[in-house]
Amino acid sequence: MTGYYLPPPSHWPVVGSLALLCLALGAVLAIHAHAAGGFLLGAGAATLVVMLTGWFGRVIAESESGLHDAQVDLSFRWGMGWFIFSEAMFFAAFFGALFYARVIAVPELASGEQRLLWPGYTGGWPTAGPGLKDAFTPMAAWGIPALNTLILLTSAVTVTWAHWALKRDRRGQVKLGLLLTIALGLTFIGLQAHEYLHAYTALGLTLGTGIYGATFFLLTGFHGLHVSIGCLMLMVILARVQAGHFTPEQHFGFEAVAWYWHFVDVIWLLLFVFVYWL
Amino acid sequence: MDAHTAHAAAEPHGPPAGLMRWLTTTNHKDIGTLYLWFAAAMFLLGGVAAMLIRAELYQPGLQITHPDAFNQLTSLHGLIMIFGVIMPAFTGLANWQVPLMIGAPDMAFPRMNNLSFWLLPPAAVLLIGSAFVPGGAVGTGWTLYPPLFIQGGIGYDMAIFAIHLMGLSSILGAINIATTIVNLRAPGMRLMDMPMFIWTWLVTAFLLIAAMPVLAGAVTMLLMDRHFGTHFFDAAGGGDPVMFQHIFWFFGHPEVYILILPAFGIVSTVIPTFARKPLFGYRSMVYATVSIALLSFLVWAHHMFTVGMPAAAQLFFMYATMLIAVPTGVKVFNWVATLWRGSISFETPMLFALAFVCLFTIGGFSGLVLAMAPVDVQLHDTYYVVAHFHYVLVTGALFAIYAAVYYWLPKWTGHMYDERLARWHFWLSVISVNVLFFPMHFLGLAGMPRRIPDYALQFAAYNQIASIGGFVFGAAQILLAIVVFKAIRGGAPAPARVWEGAQGLEWTLPSPPPYHSFTTPLRMTP
Repeated sequence: MTGYYLPPPSHWPVVGSLALLCLALGAVLAIHAHAAGGFLLGAGAATLVVMLTGWFGRVIAESESGLHDAQVDLSFRWGMGWFIFSEAMFFAAFFGALFYARVIAVPELASGEQRLLWPGYTGGWPTAGPGLKDAFTPMAAWGIPALNTLILLTSAVTVTWAHWALKRDRRGQVKLGLLLTIALGLTFIGLQAHEYLHAYTALGLTLGTGIYGATFFLLTGFHGLHVSIGCLMLMVILARVQAGHFTPEQHFGFEAVAWYWHFVDVIWLLLFVFVYWL
Repeated sequence: MDAHTAHAAAEPHGPPAGLMRWLTTTNHKDIGTLYLWFAAAMFLLGGVAAMLIRAELYQPGLQITHPDAFNQLTSLHGLIMIFGVIMPAFTGLANWQVPLMIGAPDMAFPRMNNLSFWLLPPAAVLLIGSAFVPGGAVGTGWTLYPPLFIQGGIGYDMAIFAIHLMGLSSILGAINIATTIVNLRAPGMRLMDMPMFIWTWLVTAFLLIAAMPVLAGAVTMLLMDRHFGTHFFDAAGGGDPVMFQHIFWFFGHPEVYILILPAFGIVSTVIPTFARKPLFGYRSMVYATVSIALLSFLVWAHHMFTVGMPAAAQLFFMYATMLIAVPTGVKVFNWVATLWRGSISFETPMLFALAFVCLFTIGGFSGLVLAMAPVDVQLHDTYYVVAHFHYVLVTGALFAIYAAVYYWLPKWTGHMYDERLARWHFWLSVISVNVLFFPMHFLGLAGMPRRIPDYALQFAAYNQIASIGGFVFGAAQILLAIVVFKAIRGGAPAPARVWEGAQGLEWTLPSPPPYHSFTTPLRMTP
């Protein structure tokens, strides 16, 4: 069969929608401490894993049996590009909150007639706001965060090194490059977890630490989630390389994950500058 | 433009029978149909909410609801009509028409297409289910403003996750549509050869991908503030409830163009057909669409003139908003110029398209009035605003959807619809909708606030007129259901080119088109 590959009917989308319904309902119930919440969350997550494995497994099998022509490949490229753009806009909402708080909301609270409401509040950044009294220490940029920056930048190099190797069909180097990238990613997550623990136990910096704590944990948290997903995707790619998938000419699965990894990297650089450093 | 159509006679795989066909389908026509029926079902629910609102407002005092229930009704009405009706209906139209109009075999990602649809019923379950939990549904209006939103019950969390699912559905659907348009056009069809409906949907897809994640971020922050101790929207922690309004409307204003750009595309398709003339100023239409989309990201704060904002910011947002009238005016003049000296006939799709041009323009002008910051201080949160956005969303977006349904219904079903009944639907709708919404301008100018179940005596007469218009409008929509059911069940067979003036690839296929169309690429020769 020639032409654009059109998949036959598939049950995975409905399974996915069921999984997300369970997750959503489970989250609502768990938040309100309802007994069924945890169960539904677990069931939803398990169904989601089954769905993702089955669906992506199917796409990989189709790709390996040569059903994806150049036009399908281009569709994947456009699709991944648009998807990463949507992710960027998701982060933009939280960066928007950070900039709004720093440039407009906090200075406003420390000036004009607001002084009558919050006497003695001087603003500045980082701040937990005028109404919260718990002391906290902000996260310093030039410790673990700087090290993490170095780690993620290095991982961008190693993933590109693996990509070059794939294009020259040096499978050993591909595996080594991917392994290094995954190791660096996991190290990053480990350090980030350590940093969170440190923040909660030693610095008094929590989600509830005013606007600084809220933006800090939401931005770094969603970024950490993305690094974790990126690591998982890199592991799948490593397994596929191990299984002999990809050719020097056609390996969009690899490239998509590499794009995603670079995107996560760029987000981190913005985080380092605007959340930790400045 | 000459198209050599070729579609495989042999079906590579037919659909499974029964319910499984609809659950597992990867066919753009099936999924388009699902979207349109979903929108119809939600329209019924949102419509019932509207009828209850108008019944309550028929006279002053509290008749059938209490204030909290009334707030929930208006909020659900807004959320359902926007996320459950207009957006899914447009996406359904895109699913049916985009592959047919660009000569593609299907959407670029057929399985993901099905996921996009099937995320909607769970979202609807959460949103509508929220009305039946302790504390009830959201009572904040569709804008979800804190601090009120922070104080709500479990129904508010259900709404948050419903919005997450609908947003995910929209993003995946938009990625699919954008990729299809960019990558699956028939060889030889250049960007500037694309039908206007395709252009407007490409731009809409961009807006969806850019705006929906911002809404997801906004409601995530609400969730965090509600349950996880953050202070995004709490001044005591250095946050700001106004910040939510900024983030929300950064999504919200592109959203209103998401709700109208496909309508522009439909009207730009229908008017040339029945004026029997090519669209006037095609290029300027494309540029106007793109300009509106880009400007839509720079005008969000005109929704918040009264929250307190530096005069310079008010001026910027006021002028940027007025600037949108320029590309919109280009469109309206192009439609009128297309009609000029055309050989016009008035079938129902054309009637709805012409009503769109007149009535959407009224909504556009009232939008210009509201764009003026000093005037908006008077009109903010009054019925003038309600009149404005119902003119652009009901007589705008909804009427365009009606035009599209009547225009393509014979293509989809293979049967002509009952033209006489359809005209009854049109005339009853177009008269009653003005009786319904026009008096709201006067109510707003006289100072009647929106989102209240009770009002002062002097507003009674206009409210009564509006309610009567509302009931007639609601009842008139039953005619649409009858027309559609009749066309599905039978009727005069529709030819391939249903309308003699119709241009475009979809009319080269038989009516109804085969389950798989354009499986071998056609070649366009300019």
